[in-house]
Amino acid sequence: MLNEKIICAGFGGQGVMSMGMLITYAGMLEGKQVSWLPSYGVEMRGGTANCNVIVAEDAIGAPTVSNDATTAMVMNLPSLKKFENDLLKGGKLFINSSLIDVKSSREDIDVYYIPANEIAVSIGSGKVANLVMLGAYVAATNVVSIDSVKKALRKVFGASKEKMMPLNEAALQRGCDLVG
Amino acid sequence: MEKVLMKGNEAIGAAAIKAGCRYFFGYPITPQNEVPEYMAKELPKHGGVFLQAESEVAAINMVYGAAGAGARVMTSSSSPGLALKQEGLTYIAACELPCLVVNVVRGGPGLGGIQPAQSDYYQATRGGGNGDYKLIVLAPASLQELTDMVQEAFDLADYYRNPVMVLADGMIGQMMEPVAFGEIPQWTLPEKNWATTGTDGDRAPNVINSLFLAPEELEALNIRLQAKYQTIKANETRCEIYQLEDAEIVFTAYGTTARIVKNAIKILKAEGIKAGLIRPMTLWPFPEAAYQALPKTVKCILSVEMSCGQMVDDVRLAVESKVPVAFYGRSGGMIPTVDDIVAEAKQLLGR
Repeated sequence: MLNEKIICAGFGGQGVMSMGMLITYAGMLEGKQVSWLPSYGVEMRGGTANCNVIVAEDAIGAPTVSNDATTAMVMNLPSLKKFENDLLKGGKLFINSSLIDVKSSREDIDVYYIPANEIAVSIGSGKVANLVMLGAYVAATNVVSIDSVKKALRKVFGASKEKMMPLNEAALQRGCDLVG
Repeated sequence: MEKVLMKGNEAIGAAAIKAGCRYFFGYPITPQNEVPEYMAKELPKHGGVFLQAESEVAAINMVYGAAGAGARVMTSSSSPGLALKQEGLTYIAACELPCLVVNVVRGGPGLGGIQPAQSDYYQATRGGGNGDYKLIVLAPASLQELTDMVQEAFDLADYYRNPVMVLADGMIGQMMEPVAFGEIPQWTLPEKNWATTGTDGDRAPNVINSLFLAPEELEALNIRLQAKYQTIKANETRCEIYQLEDAEIVFTAYGTTARIVKNAIKILKAEGIKAGLIRPMTLWPFPEAAYQALPKTVKCILSVEMSCGQMVDDVRLAVESKVPVAFYGRSGGMIPTVDDIVAEAKQLLGR
């Protein structure tokens, strides 16, 4: 039974919160149980940011993901070090290889190396690196569909960002193509 | 009904505005800051007033004033901020004024931390203010329930002329879940003919006051308040009873903790251990009757809290020693895990 527990992590400004929100919204649109929980605390500018997302069939208990993650998406090196060991055996780890030049030390999980920033820059803006990662995640897991994520883009970013949609969707697609 | 994804703190603001709240007085504190942030942005669009006061003490007294004038008014804060508001709350309760107070609880004591906790149960149900008064205390376990309770809280407050508290925690405030803003049933409410709205020279002035130097008068107020509290107890006590039939162990928990307990119940069931849950949805009035109607199969009750043991006192009073009552809790912002709860239950049952 579906019980996907995700950690999205990076430094502030990399879009890790919205990456998690997009999965959450997409899951909601598909009628699944969803929750999103940000880390909140004594964070500082340029420090690390992360959120926990759960997409499940059954009602969600605690919305926290601790040492029971099924997926981790890490956008920078401190996040890899912090969360790599929170993945369950057989879990999926997505590493932003544009900014992280080390390999995962785990051998009991599936690791995907995604050059998210390079791809994002090549299609027009480094700002969509998070969506490249998200595209790869969707293609590798099928927890939510790419169509639902595209609908979620409009809900999360609002109508005023409509002009960004072609770039956003291109970023998602490039991420998908990398894995699928 | 279309669902939207919202943060708990934003859902509190949206629900309050939908319920007709037009005045918000508060002072910032983590983890509830998105409530005033939302109200500052949205209330003026609805013809309302958002005001950041100079302190929590000022904010609760502004609530006192607005409630006295008959307005739908609220404040929100987090634990140490609520500690500062206790004097205002006992005045508001004494004067029988309706308002909503939200506490997005964080760890204590003292200034404490900013992570979720349930250690303000005593503060909410016993009152940190002086005298014999009660708040109606609602304890939501999901953002949908939070949304519904915030809306209904204003009707409850108006109907009984009593302050209502929604007791959430940092997790409920910070997390996002789908919520739908349905039409909740509207209460038939009495006219606020006690409000201090000006006489226009047509009637005797209304007076809102909690100072009674003649003991006979003050006792009369207390007798009236106690009668009202009995009515509230009879009519508004709420709880969820979950899988109690044939249960060997009954958990009791409210809010966030009850969600975690439900996951533990599922794991225990898979291992052949029958467990149920009594989840108080009103902390005052406390659902005592639920603990007196336990099935004969129950060997013990386990109260699970994000505190060092507060609600467990009410559970023990309600159970009247008929069944052993045990406690398991984490505090300071630590959250009990499903595994911890399962292990605790098994140990109690000797499995």
